[in-house]
Amino acid sequence: MTLPAGTHAVRQSLASFRQEREADWKAFEALLARVEKRAPRALSEDELLSLPLLYRSALSSLSVARATSLDSALIAYLEALCLRGYFYLYGARRSLRMRIGDFFLHDWPAAIRDLWREVWTSVALTVIGAIAGYWLVASDKRWYDAIIAPSLAGGRNPDSSAEMLRSVLYGGGDHFLSGFAAYLFTHNTQVAILAFALGFAFAVPSVLIILMNGCMLGAIFQIYAAKRLGFELGGWLSIHGTTELFAIAIAGAAGMRIGTSIAFPGELTRMAAAARAGRVAATAMVGVAVMLLFAGLLEGIGRQTITGDIARYSIGGGILALWISYFYLFRMMRHGNG
Amino acid sequence: MATARNPAALVRPLVTPEGVDLRVKLADAGTRASGFLLDVVIIVVAAVAVSLVAIFGLGGLGVKDAEPLVIVWIIFIFLLRNVYFIAFEAGRRAATPGKRMVGVRVASRSGAGLTLDQVIARNLMREIEVFLPLSILAARGSAGVADTLSTIFGLVWALLFSLFPLFNRDRLRIGDLLAGTWVVEAPKVALLEDLSLRKDPITARFQFSAAQLDAYGIAELHKLEEVLRRDDYFAMKAVAETIGRKIGARVEPVDSKAFLTAYYGELRAHLERKLLLGNRKADKYAQ
Repeated sequence: MTLPAGTHAVRQSLASFRQEREADWKAFEALLARVEKRAPRALSEDELLSLPLLYRSALSSLSVARATSLDSALIAYLEALCLRGYFYLYGARRSLRMRIGDFFLHDWPAAIRDLWREVWTSVALTVIGAIAGYWLVASDKRWYDAIIAPSLAGGRNPDSSAEMLRSVLYGGGDHFLSGFAAYLFTHNTQVAILAFALGFAFAVPSVLIILMNGCMLGAIFQIYAAKRLGFELGGWLSIHGTTELFAIAIAGAAGMRIGTSIAFPGELTRMAAAARAGRVAATAMVGVAVMLLFAGLLEGIGRQTITGDIARYSIGGGILALWISYFYLFRMMRHGNG
Repeated sequence: MATARNPAALVRPLVTPEGVDLRVKLADAGTRASGFLLDVVIIVVAAVAVSLVAIFGLGGLGVKDAEPLVIVWIIFIFLLRNVYFIAFEAGRRAATPGKRMVGVRVASRSGAGLTLDQVIARNLMREIEVFLPLSILAARGSAGVADTLSTIFGLVWALLFSLFPLFNRDRLRIGDLLAGTWVVEAPKVALLEDLSLRKDPITARFQFSAAQLDAYGIAELHKLEEVLRRDDYFAMKAVAETIGRKIGARVEPVDSKAFLTAYYGELRAHLERKLLLGNRKADKYAQ
């Protein structure tokens, strides 16, 4: 039996293709492994410049291998290598500091402005909920237990005495950041995330959560107002409450945006509309977490140490004004090609 | 399931700016579930370890001094639950430790770079996909409410979200859908030896005619490569017998590996030569 003519030549040329390129692939793999572990700063200038060259050489090797070689292990190796290189090189990554800067200077206020209709709907729903809660508890005080969970009520209920209620408002704690404040922060954030995530179900659960949140506010207000302590409660709540309630309203608004854009996608496909809404809403949600953290700090530090009603109202009102002007008036001009 | 039968159904085109199609493979549901379970194990172990430290701290310090510790503990658990996934997926490898272990990563469906807001959107939705059903179960369990109907309703509703990836072509979670992402396979593949370059004195004894090399195509060649790389004696013996019968060659069982290596090398060179001449012989039925 004789060898079919030419197989030897084919074997030789493919073997030399691999031999000649293999060093480049290995170098690219080693560089990728390094930049994936540490910042690109760890590379020297030459190595940094060679990265895109090695990437293109690997891509061209892949094209050649696909067209001429039947070694499936070699092709699988090159495909995995090129994919890793592609994700790294086209991943458009900027430093963490720049991303954080962009978020505060630009992305966060822009997201809130983009959501303005939902945000004010959500605020209106909170007010409606508060009025409903107030009216329900005023008409029958058994509603109070149905609206507010005992773990959050902290012993305040319609049968508490005026002195007891007053002591909660002005009883100065000697410590700053209490465990209760940390608990409230995580609880509120979880409520906010839920209000956001449930928006997926055509926004209905988000609306309900926001209404319920307003109801709780109205209910607690009623038991204080009944003892003629309404004004004082307002001061006590407003120190951190303006920030906190606004944050939860924004979370609900983010949920509503997602729900409504899935229900009414407009000219986009439903998938594209959902993806677009999701990204704006997610940016708003990070802002919500920042606001809730801020509210938690205010609550832990300010609520028990600042006991004057006027001071409380002015701090709460001032911070609310700050948020609103930050979101709606503050526009950072961005220079360059950022 | 369709994907188990046909892996090609999970391949999607990804054309780089250089014009090469990288053909990404989407991770299948099983891989993603195992990646997620690994992450859960990591989170639970970390939470338990920190809680133990906190408890011993409480015991040693007394209630009053331990309050800062409680605050740290509450915040740490909160971070574990909400920030773990976001922090790792926003990193350079776009994968949590669990995902990395099973060789998958998150990528943008558009092929552009993955941005932070996408990572956040896809992970906040985990709240209704995973934690909501769990908390429904926990609440029912602790309250001891025997309201079976509403528990079942809640679970079914929650499972609808959890099992969402099984009901769409691209294996998207709700979070992926909202963020415009998907999860693709990004394994680290080592460069293996070229089988056709194996030198073996016995291999050189086998010679094949053109007719014998025309018996098979590319699909069979790749199967043969798999068998050789697995290096299992009994599989190689069976395959050598089958090929020997088909092409009319006698093979001693001890020589199976050498015979297959020789046949693989010659068949590949034969098919590659055809490839160069413009004939991709897909399988043994093709010309």
